Amino acid sequence: MTPLAKLLEAALFAAPRPIPLESLASLDTESSPAAVSAALDELREHYDVDGHGVELVEQGGGWQILTRAEYAEAIERAQVAVRPQRLSPAALETLAIIAYRQPIGRAEIEEIRGVAVGSVLKSLHERGLLDIVGRSESIGRPLLYGTTPQFLEQFGLRHLEELPRADELAIALRGAGTAVIGSAAEDDV
Amino acid sequence: MIAPSFRVNDADNSGFVVELSHFTGPLDLLLSLIRDEQVDIYDIPIARIAEQFLARIGSLGLDEAADYLEMAARLLRIKAQMLLPRADGEESWEDPRAELVRRLLEYQQMREVVDLLEHRGESRRHQFGRRWVPQAVDIMPANAPLSLSLGELLAAVDRVLRTTKEPTLHEVVPRSLDVAGAMGTIRALLAMRRDARWSDLIGNDAEPWQILSVLLALLEMAKLGELRIAQHQPFASVEIMRDAVSEAA
Repeated sequence: MTPLAKLLEAALFAAPRPIPLESLASLDTESSPAAVSAALDELREHYDVDGHGVELVEQGGGWQILTRAEYAEAIERAQVAVRPQRLSPAALETLAIIAYRQPIGRAEIEEIRGVAVGSVLKSLHERGLLDIVGRSESIGRPLLYGTTPQFLEQFGLRHLEELPRADELAIALRGAGTAVIGSAAEDDV
Repeated sequence: MIAPSFRVNDADNSGFVVELSHFTGPLDLLLSLIRDEQVDIYDIPIARIAEQFLARIGSLGLDEAADYLEMAARLLRIKAQMLLPRADGEESWEDPRAELVRRLLEYQQMREVVDLLEHRGESRRHQFGRRWVPQAVDIMPANAPLSLSLGELLAAVDRVLRTTKEPTLHEVVPRSLDVAGAMGTIRALLAMRRDARWSDLIGNDAEPWQILSVLLALLEMAKLGELRIAQHQPFASVEIMRDAVSEAA
């Protein structure tokens, strides 16, 4: 391995969180960003080709060394590490809405989900998956919520743009013009 | 039919939260009905769906959950609007179901994202990263010397005292009970009479501390076996008798 790849490996090993590319580049000011990217590729290949228990992954807005999925059960069985708890369907729905519509206020989330979300927002905030990103200018200046880097990390996303665009989803909204539906079909009343 | 299973969570006093394991809300329930009935989401037979929605929330015991009730009311209103006569060939007729359809589609779209997140989250859960918890930084060591003069400290105390409100004090007059004295009185009375009544021991103008003293004295003496206390029916006068056993002894 090149010295730069070794330096990156050491930094990634020391970090508890994914490290953004810019921070990795600042480890060695003499190296160009392109050289850092090449060194990252080298490190990833080193793990993949030589057969390591860990791999280099880009997610959560940065780079991170993670154990390979095949060892998860053994690791957990021996209680060496604990997996994060699964989120409830209600929490997932709330997160999905925030991920797409951020910054978004509570009332808007409740409008989409059709239920009150106060306690769900609170627990998601406590888990560090969402944050208060500002206040709306509308009446009452409600708090606006957005997702955190930890959200990306927990769901293995590189960045928010990795989520499919709204119009790429199978059930795409027919624009804003869905309000009037063409033929007034007869109901079975 | 799905058995109702509730999780009532009011531990943090954030209100009464009913979470049904099968449905995350009224839209979820409505979508599942639409799927079960295999009807076109753009042409929902409102009367049928509204009826089933009501039946379902009734059987699930959800008819008290406000979110579900609100949706039920909405469905019934749309049903009523559908019944209104409309002029033939009227082009500007707006389908009363349109808003509901829009919300259902929006909700369905969001559910698609949920599936995606669930999938991604599940595969991420199979990988562990390094965990490093930074030690809590002691901002002020416990035995650090104060870096301010006595004058500054006193001035600060003065400022604090100035801003605090004058506390409202209640004067509490101590009146110790005289249990031993009351026991003496009772003993003297029972030495003359075989039995006595509560009213004999307490004068009409007795103060609380005197009443309490007599009560405690009676209980104490009953415990010691010097007397017996009886009340034959609720609110009847309390009878106090010399204890036959201790008398014999």
